[in-house]
Formats: sequence, structure tokens, C-alpha cells
Amino acid sequence: MSISSDQVTYIAHLARLRTDEEKSAYFAGHLSRIMDLVEQMNRIDTDHIEPMAHPQDGALRLRDDEVTAENRREDYQAIAPAADQGLYLVPRVIE
Amino acid sequence: MHDYTITEHAEALRRGDYSSVELTRHHLDRVDAGEALNAFVTVTAEQALEQAAEADRNIRNGDAGPLSGIPMAHKDIFCTRGVLTTCGSRMLSNFVSPYDATVVTRLRDAGMVSLGKTNMDEFAMGSSNETSYYGPVKNPWSPDRVPGGSSGGSAAAVAARLAPLATATDTGGSIRQPAAMCGITGIKPSYGRVSRYGMIAFASSLDQGGVLTRSAEDAALVLQAMSGFDARDSTSLDLPVPDYGAGLGDDIAGKTIGLPKEFFGDGVEPAVAETVQAAIRELEALGARTVEVELPNSEVGIPCYYVLAPAEASSNLSRFDGVRYGHRAAEYDDLLDMYSRSRAEGFGEEVQRRIMIGTYVLSSGYYDAYYIKAQKLRRLIADDFTRAFEKCDIIAGPTAPGTAFPIGAKNDDPVAMYLNDIFTNSVNLAGLPGISVNAGFDADGLPIGLQLIGRYLDEATVLNVAHRFQLATDWHRRAPGGYA
Amino acid sequence: MEWETVIGLEVHVQLQTKSKIFSGASTAYGAEPNTQACDVSIALPGVLPVMNREAARLAVKFGLAIGAEINQTSVFARKNYFYPDLPKGYQISQYEIPVVGRGELEIDAGDGPKIIGITRAHLEEDAGKSLHENFDGFTGIDLNRAGTPLLEIVSEPDMRSAAEAVAYLRQLHALVRYLGISDGNMQEGSFRSDANVSIRPKGEQKLGTRAELKNINSFRFVEKAIRFEVERQIDILEDGGEIVQETRLYDADRDETRSMRSKEEAHDYRYFPDPDLPPLVLDDAFVAAVRDSLPELPHDRRHRFIDTLGLAPADAAQLTVEKSLADYFEAVVGATSAEPRIACNWVLGELGAALNQADIPVEDSRVDSAALAGLLDRIADNTISGKIAKDVFAAMWEGEGDADAVIAARGLKQITDSGAIESIVDGVLAECADQVRQYRDGNEKVIGFLVGQIMKQTQGKANPKQVNEILRRKLAP
Repeated sequence: MSISSDQVTYIAHLARLRTDEEKSAYFAGHLSRIMDLVEQMNRIDTDHIEPMAHPQDGALRLRDDEVTAENRREDYQAIAPAADQGLYLVPRVIE
Repeated sequence: MHDYTITEHAEALRRGDYSSVELTRHHLDRVDAGEALNAFVTVTAEQALEQAAEADRNIRNGDAGPLSGIPMAHKDIFCTRGVLTTCGSRMLSNFVSPYDATVVTRLRDAGMVSLGKTNMDEFAMGSSNETSYYGPVKNPWSPDRVPGGSSGGSAAAVAARLAPLATATDTGGSIRQPAAMCGITGIKPSYGRVSRYGMIAFASSLDQGGVLTRSAEDAALVLQAMSGFDARDSTSLDLPVPDYGAGLGDDIAGKTIGLPKEFFGDGVEPAVAETVQAAIRELEALGARTVEVELPNSEVGIPCYYVLAPAEASSNLSRFDGVRYGHRAAEYDDLLDMYSRSRAEGFGEEVQRRIMIGTYVLSSGYYDAYYIKAQKLRRLIADDFTRAFEKCDIIAGPTAPGTAFPIGAKNDDPVAMYLNDIFTNSVNLAGLPGISVNAGFDADGLPIGLQLIGRYLDEATVLNVAHRFQLATDWHRRAPGGYA
Repeated sequence: MEWETVIGLEVHVQLQTKSKIFSGASTAYGAEPNTQACDVSIALPGVLPVMNREAARLAVKFGLAIGAEINQTSVFARKNYFYPDLPKGYQISQYEIPVVGRGELEIDAGDGPKIIGITRAHLEEDAGKSLHENFDGFTGIDLNRAGTPLLEIVSEPDMRSAAEAVAYLRQLHALVRYLGISDGNMQEGSFRSDANVSIRPKGEQKLGTRAELKNINSFRFVEKAIRFEVERQIDILEDGGEIVQETRLYDADRDETRSMRSKEEAHDYRYFPDPDLPPLVLDDAFVAAVRDSLPELPHDRRHRFIDTLGLAPADAAQLTVEKSLADYFEAVVGATSAEPRIACNWVLGELGAALNQADIPVEDSRVDSAALAGLLDRIADNTISGKIAKDVFAAMWEGEGDADAVIAARGLKQITDSGAIESIVDGVLAECADQVRQYRDGNEKVIGFLVGQIMKQTQGKANPKQVNEILRRKLAP
């Protein structure tokens, strides 16, 4: 299973990881080898097997509808890269 | 005094042989002396001494539990309020957590003293502790070699007697494999036993907190305090935690030990195979019966794991975007550029590789072929264990196929690195409890781990068999030269 | 060519819970930015979601009200994309298996009842808000809303006109408010709709290429946006062009829709089951308890009002838009001897006007149902006339006490003593000889004037029916 540089560039964009030609080519080699390993899954027939998403077949526990969180904005924004007037700041989003 | 078990420390503290402050200071000195191991990212000496002084007061007032005043260290994956919590990543190299993980709170409530935060593979992705932003950890048994990973700092710290115990996490072997490579004891409980709240997620359906100690007896004590229901984790089990100490010393005569033939194949180094066989003979001498079992789908455990874990990771790590905390690139053109630069700068190569694999296997057109396929295999692997446990009480085998390898040896080949997890990650896929105990050494004096795997929620049997093995042998008491 | 419009609607309803869907942060509207953004809301490393039972209960309540199948096992998935108002980098949303399956809603756009299919309704969390005011070239992010529970209700493409789409939205809006699952406040974003609009030649079965209209958050805009979009599509097709499948934004200022090119980038959301959340399993007892808590549905109640209380269909419909109003009405009917039809006139008339004027909900009415019933009793037993009753109501509204107290204090008791009325009538007839003559000459309309004179003399207290009888008897030749 070969993954091309272009595919890496696309995946890296989806994952918001900056890349360039050199980096994409480098990762393409590794990812192809890993996908070769992954392809070994096909040795085993899994028709009619139910996918398993959780290690235990439990049900979701439900919480009472109560407000339990206090306002800790100052603590949380003390570690923010950029915050002003209680807002987190990001480069201008163009709609 | 650093060679004592937790129980021995607790008795000495109660008798007044030494105080928690003295014990803490002693370990802090050892942390300083052992700095070359690079086992710690952050040492919180001042805070530790305050906590120790408080423990001493409680001990004097007769208000102390079995863990009061015992020093320990936390893997830097557990959030600690007011203390840097890096997860071994540049991304969180400036992250002072505003809250405590449940595990941190519980051990603190038990009176334990935290010496600091231990080094680890970045976001727990690695089997050698070489992916850390803070540099590789050295194996106390041989400084040119890796300690295993991802809990490499915790394992090295415990092996080198810098701390009597350290917390750790295990997604595919990250507690058991470094325990094996560092010659100590490491238990990963059943999925759901230990709260994941505040434990920075790698792969949510596989991650489980546990502990690295020098004996099964110590592991039982600490696990007891860590375990139990937490309403803040939807996957936490709302079940009573059995008394792990109660049956620890029970006779294991009549117990049936399953030996999966897949765990004793060609891929295992001869010294590892021989040592593990000898350990099994030891268990037989203690009255246990052995029976061959089959885990026919374990051959695809690695590919299955390397689809599911990266898939979950790719999503779990999306929150690291440079907006609310963590690393933000110094310069960028626009929002997209800010995201891409911050993440490419903040994450190391292995983390980026896994995010890309995970993104790929979830992407449109590949989801069924990879992700769903892997989830189906996960069920087959879990069913294999269920069938095997119809014939036995516990499963035994090697923890890792080889002993600690030289630093840098596998850096250019991620696939070779992934194969280290071959005997451990299927246990995570099935959510079962597993322990690694030291079972001997190879010709170079490197430790070899025996892995014991239990039925779901049956940590007690795992601890019982490990403890009986340690009563009959002294491998777990061996200390690396220079750290005795 | 004759074209047929095809519309399907996706509505995001904010569920009325105190806390967020996966955390204990408050959902109250209007707080200072990020003061209701807890550790889970801002997605600190290591935090985990824990599901709010009430959100599940409200979703099931909606499902039962539209006669839908309830999926007793449903699954939360992660929808992965990067956006600053989405702190985890994924939205938790039900994808493959939603909690509410297929149901239906009856609407009436003026040409009789029509059934609209509802494909599904699923639970999900809301995102935060981006504030684009100028922060030195930055956008500000407020995560107070992040994690607020939403129910996304997806209809079948069953609507054939903008009017039907609006009727559907109005009906749905009334229903979620009636059920108490949402406040439906559109200004605050509690009820947001997107429309999928396409056209096809009349008679054609295949659906045309659709445009998704975003940002249409009032009933009026929905209608205008759809009308504009339909015209736009017809123009394109009639010019031999092709419709592009895209998202379009409605611009209310210009009354047009325009393409959102910035969002055209290919999306790959990489949905997968959220490993932090086991399946949502609702047992029979849970569903049964919600079923028991279900009020009589507006549709059923409307029909009961028509069939057993004899109300006009339009009045019944108006009363059942709001559960509280229907409840008030029924409480009045239960407490008064007046006809339900009279009670209805009062609730929709005087009371409705007063509530409107004061801009308060019926729950806060200054005249409660018992008081209004008391007033209607006084009309029914002829203590006062309907006309006087309006003054009494006004006084009651101003806090002057109940009907009896106002009537007594103001001396408004109706004169029903025939002897007394006869002597007043005699007096008036004597004074108005001209009018009496005109009447007898065949100008019957003049009787209105005479009645007016009598009422004037009695300050409106004479029983109008008796006045009429006596007057006609005395005027008879």
C-alpha cells in the first residue's frame, strides 16, 4: 500500500499540520510502510463480525441536569496564548 | 532506605525510624544524583517537602493511611494543578495545568508525596521514550539503552530507586514494556478501573492508568488507592474495587496458567524465551498447572492497534490548536497558517506520523477498509481471550520480544519500533488487566519481563500470582549497578 | 415549463436544560464571555464528556410527540473539523444511529392539513461564538455556548412551497415550546433553520440539485429566502444553465441568497464513534416515563376543543399554540358556568389583548384563571352585562380585586328588576316623543337611540335583554 506525497499533503491539510514537498515525501515513505503493516489485517476474514468500539459492552451513564461548574475564566485564560476582554483571540476569521 | 518496599516505609514512618520529610529529602537527593537518566521533566522539591511535612503531622496524630508520607512521581501525562504538565511535548511545554487529574487527587488524598513529573514519549506515542521533546531517558541498567516506553521516565525512576513508585499509563504496553526493560513491576488494570479524567488522552478506548513499583505487593497497595468509580469519566466502572491485598498471599496451587503458543514463536529473542520458560517452571513448582491456549488472531493485533490507536489519537489531539492553551507559532499569515504552524512546530515527528495515519484511516473512502475492519478484528481478538480463559485462570508469556535496545537503534524504522508491542497491545484491545514482573536477565545483564494477563476485572489473580512468584524468587529485588 | 418546488428543512433546536449536554456548565443566555466555559467547554487536555440525562429525556419527548420510532440504543460520534469556536476540534453528534427515528408532523398552510415526514432527530452539542468585531485584526472567541444541547430535526423533502415551509416551521416551533423542550427563542438562536431547496419540472419524480440556505432565522426570512432561491433556480434552468450544489447564505438586507464560496472546500469530517462515550441506551422504563410525562399533544387538544367544547377551528388552533394558554383556557372553562365559547372569546380577546399590551406571558397574567372564571359567572348569571364586564376586567387587571369586589365597589350590578326598568323606560319614552313617533311610523332603527338613552340613564347597568323586551312591548301599537 503506497501513499503518495500528494496524499500526505492532503492528509496533513486535514490534520492542520504544515508540510512542504520534502516533508510530504519523507512522511510518504514511512506511512507507506506502516500501511503495509496495516494491510496484514486482510489476512483475516471479518464478514459478519460486529465492530467493537469499546472494550466493554456498557451503556452510557447519565448525569443529573445540574450546574456544577464554577466560573474559572481567569485561571483558564491565564494560560491562553492570546486573550482579551474575556475572549480568546485568533487571527481574523473571514466568513 | 530507598530499597524498602512501600509497606516497609509505612511501618518505618509509623515507628518513627525516619520522617516523611527525611524520606522525601532522601529521594529528592537521589533524583538530583540520577539527573543523567533524564527521568524527570519537572521536580517539585518545595511542594514535596510541604506535603511530606503535612504527612508527618498526620502520622504523628495517628491520622495516616498505608500510603501517607510515601514519596512518588507522576507520569507527565497526568494533569497536576499549578505544575507544568507537558505530556513530553513541545505543544504543552508551557502548560501549567489549572486542575488535578482524578488519579493525582486520589493519591494526594491518600497522603502521598509527589516528587515531580516524569519524562515520557510524546503524548505516550512510543516504545522507547525517544520521542519526548525533553530528550530520551536512559535505562538505569545500561545508560546507552532505552528504558522502554512510553512510561520510560517513570520506569527508570523506580528502577533507579529515585522514587518507590510512579504512576504510568498503558495504551498498548506503555506500563508493562518499560517495566520489563527496567526490571520492575508494572500493572495495567482492566479498562475502566482507573479514572481517565485528567489523564491526557492518546487513544481513549485503550488508555488506562496504572502504576510502576518494585513489587506486586506495592502495586496492589497503590492500585487500591488509584482505582474506583469517577463520575467525571463516562467509561469509569461503577463497581466496588475488591481488596487487592486480601488474597495476595493465597496459594496458587491448582491455578491454571494458559500459555498462548503465539507468544512463544520465532520473533522472541532466545534469552527472553528461556527466561520466561524458567519463570513458568517456577510457577509450576508453586503448584500451578499449565495448559496451551490459542490466540489465533493475535497476529493481527499490531496492525489492528496501529489503525485504532492513531485514529482515536488524530481526533484527541485536534484540541491542541494554539487557541486556548499550549504552543502557538510566533508568526503566521492567517488562521489556517496559525493552526498548521503551531501544530507542526508543537508536535514531534512520531506524533505527526500517527496523526496522519489516523486521519488517513478515518478519511472518506478508507473508513470501512481500515477503521471498521480493525474494529471487527478487535472483537475477534477479544473473543480469543474469552475462549482462552475458559481453559485457564491466567495467561503467561513474555512482556516484550526482546530486552532494552540501544538508544537510536530503531529510530529510522517506525514499523520495527511498533513490533515491540506485539505481546502487550492485544491486552489493551480486549481491555484486560496485565502485569509485568522481572523474571531474570539476559547475558548482558538486561532485565526480562514475564507478563501475566488476567480475566476482565480480575486484577486480584494477576497480583496474587505475581506476588507468589516474587515470594519464591528475588529477581524483583535486584537493583541496577550504581543505583542499589 | 411548470416547475415544482421541493423543500426539506433542518432545524436546530436548543434544548431547555440547566447545564450543558456533556458538562456541568450553565446554559443561561447572555453571560459575560467565557464565564460559562468550564474545563470541558474549553476542552482542556484530559477532560471528558459526561452526558446530561435531561437532554436525552427531552429528545425522546420530542420523538414521542411526533410519533417517531425511538432508537433505544443510539451512538455519539465525532465530527472532525478545525474551527476556533469548536474547542475539541470535533463536534460530538449522533451520526449513524440518532435517538429519534422517523416521525411526522401535520401542518396547514391554508389549504387543508398535510403530513410532513420527519426523517430523524439527533442530539449534538453546539459550538461557541466567533465575534468578528475588531480586536486589532483578531476574532474573539466566546465558548459559553459551546456544549449547549441541540436537537437537530431533519425533515423529508415534503414541502412544495415557501408557505408550506413556513407552516412547518411554525408548527414545529409551537410544538417544541408546547412540549417545554425549548424556549424557541429565535433571537437568541434557540431555533435555527436551514433549508434545502430544489426545483423540478412538474410531474418529474427525480429530485433536482439542491442549494442549502443557511442563516434564515425568522419565519419571514425563510419565506423570502426560499422565494428568492426558487426564482433564481428557475431563471438558471430556463436559461439552459445548471444548478450547482452549494451552500448559500441569505442576506436579509439585500433580500437575496449568495454562494458561500469560502465553505466550498471539500469537507471530510471523518466521523467515528466517540470512544469517550459508550452507546446511549434508554431502557423501556425510561421511554415509558417520558411517555407518561407527555402532555396531551396540541393536535389532539385542538380537535378536542372543536369536537367537545364546540370551538371554532381557528380559535382552537390559536389556543393550542401555547400549552400555557390552552391550560389557562381549560382552567377557566372548568371553573365557570359560562359557555366554553364565551370563555374562548375572553381568553383570546380581552385577556390576549391585555397580555400583549403588557408584553407578559399568560403565566404572569394579572388576572388568573379563577378570577376570569368568576367574572364570566357574573355575566352568565346576569349580574353584569358583557359590556360592563370589560370595564370590570380592566379594573381587575389594575388590581382592584376580583369581579364581585369591583362590581360592588363601583355599583355595577345590573338592574334586572322589571318594575324599575319599566319606570325608566316610561320616562325615556315621555322625553323622546319624536323618536317614538318615528318608530311607530316604521323607522325601527330608532330603537337603538332609545336603548342608548335608557342605558345612559342606568349607566349601562340595565339588563339589555330586558330593556329590549320592555321597550318593544311598550312601543307596540
